[in-house]
Amino acid sequence: AWASYMTNSPTLIVMIGLPARGKTYVSKKLTRYLNWIGVPTKVFNLGVYRREAVKSYKSYDFFRHDNKEAMEIRKRCALVALEDVKAYLLEECGQIAVRLSWTNSRVLIRGGVLDSPKYSSLPSSQVFFVESVCDDPEVIAANILEVKVSSPDYPERNRENVMDDFLKRIECYKVTYQPLDPDAYDKDLSFIKVINVGQRFLVNRVQDYIQSKIVYYLMNIHVQPRTIYLCRHGESEYNLVGKIGGDSGLSPRGKQFAQALKKFIEEQEIVDLKVWTSQLKRTIQTAESLGVTYEQWKILNEIDAGVCEEMTYAEIEAKYPDEFALRDQEKYLYRYPGGESYQDLVQRLEPVIMELERQGNILVISHQAVMRCLLAYFLDKSADELPYLRCPLHTILKLTPVAYGCKVETITLNVEAVNTHRDKPSLPSNNLPANPTPVRMRRNSFTPRASADTVKRPRHYSVGSKPLDLLGPFPPLE
Amino acid sequence: VCMTNCPTLIVMVGLPARGKTYISKKLTRYLNWIGVPTKEFNVGQYRRDLVKKYKSFEFFLPDNEEGLKIRKQCALAALNDVRQYLSEENGHVAVFDATNTTRERRETIYKFGEENGYKTFFVESVCVDPEVIAANIVQVKLGSPDYVDCSNDEATEDFMKRIECYKNSYETLDETLDKDLSYIKIMDVGRSYLVNRVMDHIQSRIVYYLMNIHVTPRSIYLCRHGESELNLKGRIGGDPGLSVRGKEFAKSLARFINEQNIKDLKVWTSQMKRTIQTAEALGVPYEQWKVLNEIDAGVCEEMTYEEIQENYPLEFALRDQDKYRYRYPKGESYEDLVQRLEPVIMELERQENVLVICHQAVMRCLLAYFLDKPAEQLPYLKCPLHTVLKLTPVAYGCKVESIFLNVEAVNTHRDKPENVDISRPPEDALVTVPAHQ
Repeated sequence: AWASYMTNSPTLIVMIGLPARGKTYVSKKLTRYLNWIGVPTKVFNLGVYRREAVKSYKSYDFFRHDNKEAMEIRKRCALVALEDVKAYLLEECGQIAVRLSWTNSRVLIRGGVLDSPKYSSLPSSQVFFVESVCDDPEVIAANILEVKVSSPDYPERNRENVMDDFLKRIECYKVTYQPLDPDAYDKDLSFIKVINVGQRFLVNRVQDYIQSKIVYYLMNIHVQPRTIYLCRHGESEYNLVGKIGGDSGLSPRGKQFAQALKKFIEEQEIVDLKVWTSQLKRTIQTAESLGVTYEQWKILNEIDAGVCEEMTYAEIEAKYPDEFALRDQEKYLYRYPGGESYQDLVQRLEPVIMELERQGNILVISHQAVMRCLLAYFLDKSADELPYLRCPLHTILKLTPVAYGCKVETITLNVEAVNTHRDKPSLPSNNLPANPTPVRMRRNSFTPRASADTVKRPRHYSVGSKPLDLLGPFPPLE
Repeated sequence: VCMTNCPTLIVMVGLPARGKTYISKKLTRYLNWIGVPTKEFNVGQYRRDLVKKYKSFEFFLPDNEEGLKIRKQCALAALNDVRQYLSEENGHVAVFDATNTTRERRETIYKFGEENGYKTFFVESVCVDPEVIAANIVQVKLGSPDYVDCSNDEATEDFMKRIECYKNSYETLDETLDKDLSYIKIMDVGRSYLVNRVMDHIQSRIVYYLMNIHVTPRSIYLCRHGESELNLKGRIGGDPGLSVRGKEFAKSLARFINEQNIKDLKVWTSQMKRTIQTAEALGVPYEQWKVLNEIDAGVCEEMTYEEIQENYPLEFALRDQDKYRYRYPKGESYEDLVQRLEPVIMELERQENVLVICHQAVMRCLLAYFLDKPAEQLPYLKCPLHTVLKLTPVAYGCKVESIFLNVEAVNTHRDKPENVDISRPPEDALVTVPAHQ
């Protein structure tokens, strides 16, 4: 997506903080968000490297600062991790590497790993620190229970032993822990300090666009328990006849679904539920039956199929066979002529995701492609999988954030509907254009070829324009 | 879309010459542009209205009883107007611009907010860099009505003494003592920020905005694509290429940009052929933004105004009645356009020298942001073809230079006709349509 245009040099994000401060949680979440908006990001967890090096964890003694042998092992792990980071940024064209550091002691940062020749041979990357500071014992205890008790470090111990050992582990770190100091020692570093799970933030020297987006994201996420419900509008008139897009109303079964949805919501007894719809008739009609206030978001409108709006797949295949084949080749990047691609959709849905992060309990009534994009964000699905995620009509997905991920419950509301899902065809298509130029992402400033004559195309929905002539002249409409 | 439930009271905090008024005005402009009714209340202005003639810094001495009385009176008068704006006039956000440097004063304001059901958010600007402060004084204080009869040196000397009056009693927002307040503390013009207890969506947006603006001198160049084939025919929308004159313009633009000798100029276009073709002539790298595409005229795409009048006379009249909010069937409104352009504005704020090659409606929206034009005026701002607008931020606003690049083009500006009634005769509707082929 366009976000990746804004990042020139790669970024190394270094997570800092005592154990059980949410570093892994934030790393994973941030990585998921960045990958979703199109910035290739990967997490390098030093704990994992350490577990590789020291096959079996014995006790918190490993983390004592005066345990020289252990310190050596940890230092070597950091260097190995750095090698992998380098490989990712240089060879795999990663954009951002998120590195978890188990301590920010000067040894590892200054005069240590970051000053080592291995580090300086990294591409001129920006370093951005994310520090998590927490002094609320309840929060720390809750973190330990939620994620540490089931860690590979504690395979058979019971809860109290785990809690005890882990708290002692934290004490080992506290001895050498030096929080980032914006007034003196660390005033030239770029960082955000997250205090008490987002109650307070200290932001220092944000250098560029991507750091600004990271800061904004971190400031909007929260850990309050809540549930997100995703579903599509009820079955529409167009769904019945297999037409895509358009702005049709609900079919009789669709209206039944709206009623069933109302009953379901009431049964769930959700506190302060917000309801969002798009600005298309079918989602609005579905929400109307709920009898509660709802917000209409234009950006939740279904993907714009441009010239293919209101056609069936059979009609599209007959009229635009090349387009049809290309879409099956690269469904995420493919942009309908005069319409949008899934990639465009992700870009336009980003404010929805940001606002979803801020909210509590929420029900989003949207459309097939839109729901796939949202689901891909919550379940960390790649761009390849995204356009093929199953989002059937009359089915609600209930997402509950838990530990490092999201629990998904699928609830079918027992009202029949057509199936609108189209899998990727397995046989290679024999009607591909002569030179199948891959439909690449629209990057910055490439030279458009001499443009073909503008063919008059009916434009139906607001977002979208004729893509540039990458593949040769378009087949004539008539 | 109303994002606020209860109104928000933003309270500026900081010594004089720390950029409080600059931030107040800019924030107010931004919030109004995105559709959140906002107004700023500058207590200094209330003081100037009350005490007709400013004498000297002595007015601000901490033991000047008379001065203290007047200043408190002004603060209360301003708060009263805030209450009227937020509770009676449907304002959503009020920006209370004063030094508010003592905890006691801030508590008074916070209580006022609580009593009236407002959410209070503090914005503190802390700066110790003497160069920045001196520059601020030169930019905005020397020309202040307070110093109209003084020489620059006298004004500066007096102002520095004025700042001293506040320093002793200054209580900065404290991580411990003020831990329950919602605030952002801006340090050294944005080098670092401390953000505490952001309560809701609007505060989150305000924080994001404040963290993206900067004061590095730069210029923003706005222009439209060169004249297009459809422009010549008086048709709106579509995705045509440049006309012969449009191509001339592109070359002129390239010459103009070269002459301006702009450091590190970024060039942005939309994803429509006519802006891309214009940028291509510049021979420099440029970025294509889909959100910079022209307003979608839906069913009216590629029609002339005459055809719209013939086929959709009702729509045509409705548009004239409320051009900002009117949405073309299956298309967009100016209001939709502003919403989709918001990331462009945010990125323009982050950037330095930028040339944006866009379209008539899009350029009107961007211009309205920079020149603080309200929604009623926005759709009628004049953005002629082949004319570059050079915007340079200065003091509290923006200097505009209009540069016509000497290549003739059709006029595409349609003024609001007198008769906007839905039953008007076609001649009345078409009276302001500019000439075309």
